[in-house]
Amino acid sequence: MTQISLTVDGTQVTDDVEPRMLLVQYLREKLGKTGTVIGCDTSNCGACTVHLDGRSVKSCNVLAVQADGHEVTTIEGLATDGQLHPVQEAFRECHGLQCGFCTPGMIMQSVDLLNENPHPTEQEVRLGLEGNLCRCTGYHNIVKSVLYAAEHAGQDEKAGAR
Amino acid sequence: MIPAKFDYVAPTSIEDALSALVQHGDDAKIMAGGQSLLPVLRMRLNAPEIVIDLGRIDSLRGVREDGDALVIGALTTHAEMVTNDLVHQHALLLSKAAAEVADSQVRHRGTFGGSCAHADPAGDMGSAALALDAEFVIAGAGGTRSVPASDFFVDLFETAIGEDEILTEIRVPKRTGWGAHYEKFVRVAHQWPIVAVAATVNASEGTISEARVALTNMGSKPLRATATERALAGAAATEDGVRAAADQAAEGTNPPSDLNGDSDYRKHLATVLTRRAVVAAAGA
Ligand SMILES: Cc1cc2nc3c(=O)[nH]c(=O)nc-3n(C[C@H](O)[C@H](O)[C@H](O)COP(=O)(O)OP(=O)(O)OC[C@H]3O[C@@H](n4cnc5c(N)ncnc54)[C@H](O)[C@@H]3O)c2cc1C
Ligand code: FES
Ligand code: FES
Repeated sequence: MTQISLTVDGTQVTDDVEPRMLLVQYLREKLGKTGTVIGCDTSNCGACTVHLDGRSVKSCNVLAVQADGHEVTTIEGLATDGQLHPVQEAFRECHGLQCGFCTPGMIMQSVDLLNENPHPTEQEVRLGLEGNLCRCTGYHNIVKSVLYAAEHAGQDEKAGAR
Repeated sequence: MIPAKFDYVAPTSIEDALSALVQHGDDAKIMAGGQSLLPVLRMRLNAPEIVIDLGRIDSLRGVREDGDALVIGALTTHAEMVTNDLVHQHALLLSKAAAEVADSQVRHRGTFGGSCAHADPAGDMGSAALALDAEFVIAGAGGTRSVPASDFFVDLFETAIGEDEILTEIRVPKRTGWGAHYEKFVRVAHQWPIVAVAATVNASEGTISEARVALTNMGSKPLRATATERALAGAAATEDGVRAAADQAAEGTNPPSDLNGDSDYRKHLATVLTRRAVVAAAGA
């Protein structure tokens, strides 16, 4: 067992974990943060995307011990004071989901994308989401949601979401 | 799936990492970004007794200048390679290739050194490093040595890095102001290339004076397209000007046949992608 201390969605946590424990397992099984989901065994689908020190990562491809001393934000930490994050709003507004399984990862990746490029073109959105797979929507409304979020959110709100 | 059990150390200096490696020998596996290693461990294709995580060694990160060379820490991430100003100015090809690796999430974690050390024949960074004549600085208990890219890549998943050695940095001769392009052929998003071509070109007033071209996934390791390079010297930087040279790109190669394409198809791809890459690199 290795002791790790990190911040998850603004809360400081300390735990003993097996080195082989994946970050996504730690979030789900130790912390009960089941908002972050597992969609594949090959690190291809992006459903498990969270932010590590403000940058998107696939939490199934990071060990919990690698997050020691760092800051993790999951889909559960995006909303502030009961207010949905502008990207969450946009997905609701534009019908950016059907079954919803890919949505936590899509939203976390979209937030990262907009942090880096607040006014993306449609093509840039499609490329920026290439590591996230959706089986339902055909991506059309997901792309629309991200463009909607870019159009409707002030930059400050987005930067504050990191 | 989750990996088999292993012990874990995260040394904070190269010296400590090397002594851990010497102590555990065969039973140890080094981890950089983990983006290739963790999938391997999760599939249980490998089960090391101990993982030595280089992620806490700050001196292995970042890009600096040293005279005529750019020195890139092995742990510099693909994402940093894409945005770093020094890389842009002096080794644009590396930045272009890094932008094509995997997807945004993987680029945030995966490293230049880890990519080269992994030596997947379909890896995007190896051919870019080879085209630029990069030197790989490798540290061992007995000191460090420097291996040119042409000797570094040995075979499928095999490099010149010894069992108890660590790749610490990559030195790249500056190609300041050279145009560059990485042309990658895939069937679906964020995939490994079926074939890709790394090209960097010194061109002025519509004429190419020097070109460097390397091929990804055209054999068991990255390959230089030397016939093409020779034929490009003095060529016009236009589609027609580079066509004859690009047609020689697959010369001397023996690419594999697999589900993504057979050998002849890959050879054809190499010529087409070379033409595109060189034209784009020359800014024609
Ligand atoms: C979904 C997905 C898609 C991908 N697509 C692509 C792609 O299209 N193109 C592409 O090029 N790559 C792709 N990759 C791989 C990615 O580029 C990895 O970042 C890279 O191959 C390995 O880098 P790493 O830092 O993560 O190394 P790790 O996974 O940590 O290590 C890889 C290997 O190299 C060894 N190693 C690492 N660093 C050192 C060192 N400093 N000294 C000695 N040995 C070392 C390790 O022991 C291990 O054997 C993809 C990965 C994923 C998960
Ligand atoms: S569960 Fe992590 S990428 Fe699919
Ligand atoms: S909404 Fe069902 S997978 Fe995307």
